[in-house]
Amino acid sequence: MSSLILRAGTRILAPMMIMLSLFLLWRGHNLPGGGFIGGLVATSAIALQGIAFGPASMRRTLVFSPAVIAGAGVLIAALSALPAALAGLPFFTGLWLKLDLGNGAVLPLSTPLLFDIGVYLTVIGGVCTLIAALEEEPALDDVETGG
Amino acid sequence: MMAGWLAAFVLVVPILSTGATTLAHGVPRLQGWLSLLGSYLLLVVSVALLVVVLRDGMVVLQSGNWAAPFGITFAVDSLGAVMTVIAAITGAACLTFGLGEIGEAERRAWFHPLSHVLLLGVCGAFLTGDLFNLYVWFEVMLIASFGLMTVGGTKAQIDGAVKYVALNLVATLMFLLAVALIYGLTGTLNFADIARSVPAVSNRGLLTAAATLLMAAFGMKAAVFPLFFWLPAAYHTPLVSVSAVFAGLLTKVGVYALIRAFTLLFTHDPGWTHTLLLWIAGLTMVTGVLGAAAQTEMRRILSWHIISQIGYMVMGLALATPLGLIGSVFYLVHHIIVKANLFLIAGVAARLTGSMELKRIGGLYRSAPWLGVLFFIPAFSLAGFPPLSGFWAKLVLVRAALEIGSWWIAAAALVTGLLTIYSMTKIWAEAFWKPHPAGESAARPLGEAPTVMLLPISALAAGTVVIGLFAQPFYVVAERAALELLDPASYIAAVLGGAR
Repeated sequence: MSSLILRAGTRILAPMMIMLSLFLLWRGHNLPGGGFIGGLVATSAIALQGIAFGPASMRRTLVFSPAVIAGAGVLIAALSALPAALAGLPFFTGLWLKLDLGNGAVLPLSTPLLFDIGVYLTVIGGVCTLIAALEEEPALDDVETGG
Repeated sequence: MMAGWLAAFVLVVPILSTGATTLAHGVPRLQGWLSLLGSYLLLVVSVALLVVVLRDGMVVLQSGNWAAPFGITFAVDSLGAVMTVIAAITGAACLTFGLGEIGEAERRAWFHPLSHVLLLGVCGAFLTGDLFNLYVWFEVMLIASFGLMTVGGTKAQIDGAVKYVALNLVATLMFLLAVALIYGLTGTLNFADIARSVPAVSNRGLLTAAATLLMAAFGMKAAVFPLFFWLPAAYHTPLVSVSAVFAGLLTKVGVYALIRAFTLLFTHDPGWTHTLLLWIAGLTMVTGVLGAAAQTEMRRILSWHIISQIGYMVMGLALATPLGLIGSVFYLVHHIIVKANLFLIAGVAARLTGSMELKRIGGLYRSAPWLGVLFFIPAFSLAGFPPLSGFWAKLVLVRAALEIGSWWIAAAALVTGLLTIYSMTKIWAEAFWKPHPAGESAARPLGEAPTVMLLPISALAAGTVVIGLFAQPFYVVAERAALELLDPASYIAAVLGGAR
């Protein structure tokens, strides 16, 4: 589709949606949001890019093949369950690292956040694989060679 | 603690395999090896888990360190551990076979990652200690199996897969309704907590209704009479390695869920639930075997036999005696190995002769006599010939039925066994004995089948013989699993009385 309005709008909307998705990912542990919903918002931004500028630009935005992103996400999510073993706690126990940034500001990092990042990447990779397959169907043979 | 991590690794390994094979999607050889490595690693981990369970008793894992009725509980008793090992064996065998079968197009259609997601769903269902999580694992299985069924992308496959998914979604909906009812009645979905709360539920009618709904949902997954029609419509279409996993494992997850539900959760009204199960078992056996007699395509015949065999497993559960449950557990183990193997052999036979359709093939006895031997073992084990594994499984079940005077179900079991021989003889006579309709050279020698296909077949056939000849240790494990099933109190104590 070639539409000047859509392309101009996408240039403004897509980056904002990506930022919103990161915000949702970050706040998701105790408030509405999280990796899944954040990933979907990010995917919407990428899909918008694909509709406005064509599937090739969507691939450029993603840098890696969507399959690689999804696979990395699954691995990160699975790995987030494992540090609990080192602490002698059961599978998937949440561990927290509170970084003191000075001036009373604390940056909490945790394995649940790592899990959410894994989910975020899996959703982006998985849904983008589907979208790419639908958008690029005739040229299906030369996709997924990036891995 | 350590044992809990072992249970966790049964789930972590397939997740890691899924991620790794997805990352390696662009490097075919690496993906194949990673996939194979993952399946054998799963086998090692699950065997270790079984050893620990048999040595130290039930393994309970409260993931995230949240205490029992509130968190996500995994509770592994002997039955769960045995089933996990069998699932891993089937997975390893079929993925090995798959190396010889799948081409580049199938690999690109995500065969390897989907296979590991399927194994993840199956293992999760066997380990979970929570009704809602069981639902989630069922969904994981369903999604992966839908992808796997359509891996070849042919019209027949998509047709089969749509029927499969549509009917399974109906079962899923019934499952969810039952879950909602049970939650409303007991206020919990943890298996142990439900089992503890059921005696105190005042609305017995609604409880039985929920149990029956759950029976229908699991029954559909297990393909029992009269809810089996999706199975013969779908199982003959996918790749051989895929249909072998399905034939071996998927319906058996339904049987496992039935066993779990009607030994641990709902034993409050056996006059209704277990009598119903017994009728279902008898009718499933007979309709399955009669359906098989009418078919002329190898995988269709074998698919109908899955249904008939499910009847035996449900029969042991319905009898609800120690011997009956021993029979069910023994049958599950024997059946998964034998049935997956028969599908793999059918795949090799079709590769050597060009078709699964019995009318169009033949001459295998002359061209590939060893395939005849390999077929003979699981086929006659399925029919219950001594000294193969199926004989002991059937013997235990028939004895269990006679012990409590259920003559008709024992008779149904024996007649079904007899008719099974008829179908197996049909495959033997058509595919092996009669000459190939297209001339002698149309049946190829066994050497033309890839070694990776013959290795898992030989290994599974050897397993069948070993279970048959050295039945005692397997019987002891089945007995232990059955006795644990008949003792819900210790399950409840293990889960709710603090994790190990």
